[in-house]
Amino acid sequence: MLILTCPYCGVAADETELHPGGEAHLTREGPESDDAAFEGYLFHRKNPKGVHFERWRHSHGCGKWFHAARCTVTLEVFGSYAAQTTEPPQEIREILTARRPGWDQEAKA
Amino acid sequence: MTRYSAFALAREAFRNHQGWGRAWRDATPKGHYDAVIVGAGGHGLATAYYLGKNHGIRNVAILEKGWLGGGNTGRNTTIIRSNYLQDPSAAIYEKSRSLYETLSQDLNYNIMYSPRGVMMLAQTEHEVRGYRRTAHANALQDVETRFIGPEEVKRLVPIIELKGPRYPVLGALWQPRAGTARHDAVAWGYARACSDMGMDIVQKCEVTGVRTEGGRVTGVSTTRGEIGCDKLGLVVAGHSGHLADMAGFRLPVESVALQALVSEPIKPCMDVVVMANTVHGYMSQSDKGEMVIGGGADGYNNYTQRGSFHHIEETVRALCETFPMISRLKMLRQWGGIVDMTGDRSPILSKTPVENCFINCGWGTGGFKAIPGSGWGFAELMAKGHSPLTEAFGLDRFREGRFVDESVAAGVAH
Repeated sequence: MLILTCPYCGVAADETELHPGGEAHLTREGPESDDAAFEGYLFHRKNPKGVHFERWRHSHGCGKWFHAARCTVTLEVFGSYAAQTTEPPQEIREILTARRPGWDQEAKA
Repeated sequence: MTRYSAFALAREAFRNHQGWGRAWRDATPKGHYDAVIVGAGGHGLATAYYLGKNHGIRNVAILEKGWLGGGNTGRNTTIIRSNYLQDPSAAIYEKSRSLYETLSQDLNYNIMYSPRGVMMLAQTEHEVRGYRRTAHANALQDVETRFIGPEEVKRLVPIIELKGPRYPVLGALWQPRAGTARHDAVAWGYARACSDMGMDIVQKCEVTGVRTEGGRVTGVSTTRGEIGCDKLGLVVAGHSGHLADMAGFRLPVESVALQALVSEPIKPCMDVVVMANTVHGYMSQSDKGEMVIGGGADGYNNYTQRGSFHHIEETVRALCETFPMISRLKMLRQWGGIVDMTGDRSPILSKTPVENCFINCGWGTGGFKAIPGSGWGFAELMAKGHSPLTEAFGLDRFREGRFVDESVAAGVAH
């Protein structure tokens, strides 16, 4: 059973208490953007084999959206963090660098 | 290739079955092919078969990371139906269903197609209206389906509980010519026919890179060396995003786990396929007597071929409500496969930003039923650059907003 800790209320919630919300840190394109950029925002997903940043909602708890860093190949959870950010925070980055060296190169590709 | 026939069976019976050769050749890769297909599952093999049979392209290799038919082809619940709402879906799935009807004869390999009928239960007023609409749409698409009442449901499936505690059965969408087939045999049959045409099926050969020159594909790098090709077809279901990444483009696809399970074998009790989409479960009985059960997919990205336990629980709970007699059954096996979901729940059969590189993916939770039709259309697309079957399923439909929206029409289960 997948267990994620809600960064707001601190509860270690199992997945029946949570609702998955897909890839995190998507950039919503502005009105000047072209069709390709907006298509990317709406549909294109990294769908990586490995480190993945994603949105979750503590739907049967405090009800808030948060972000989690997870591995899609081993189901290892690296940590969760508040959703009010455009990129993973420093402590998550440090955990990833320790456990998955080179993760940031893959994430850029 | 030894042709399978009553005569061959009799001949082998007289010599202790010593003369049966291997059904297909496990090849080592050559340096260059006219076409390379990545993925030796049902869709990849069917593509190769129709490339050879319909378009005369026989210098073909089918590369497989694991073993033949070891992905979702060997993990699905073997249901074949074509009762879709949208015209492009009905066209490709009905083409597929009709090819399945004669596939055993075509391949000279018994795929055990059983047109036993598929029933999709309507358990809310909304579903009743939805399925009536689908039945009307199917009538216009030349797909034989009809909406039946609860009495006929009970006549066809005596073990069903019509007045369930949560959702009573109000009727069903019934497709009498739909059914099931032996999933492994579909892969083996196509493999045998491809091998017989001189194509190379290469197992344990993982593609590690896609080579391009001036925006045009020239070959693939693999764990068994460099392989050149004029045309490349990516047919790798859940791993499509990974391969697209190697080729340098992105897909509107996310990979999630879908699970299934089978019970211990019991005496024949249900000779149709029943799908209950409102309560998230579907069931049929295999020829061995096992009840084959499937349910909903997980909601988060996953490549492990393991799913969440609570989905199994949800499926079993739904089916115990619908078929109270199965509540004491023991389950033998449970497994998962990685399915590639698109936003509109329709597949992608398309050219890609890389010239001569084609992709066939996004079949999500319902790919098995589409194998022959998908192979037929995708082979035509690869050979000629266009196909009436695949026209609506291009990658550009997402940018242009031309969705083939089946997520509502098909409910959760496929």
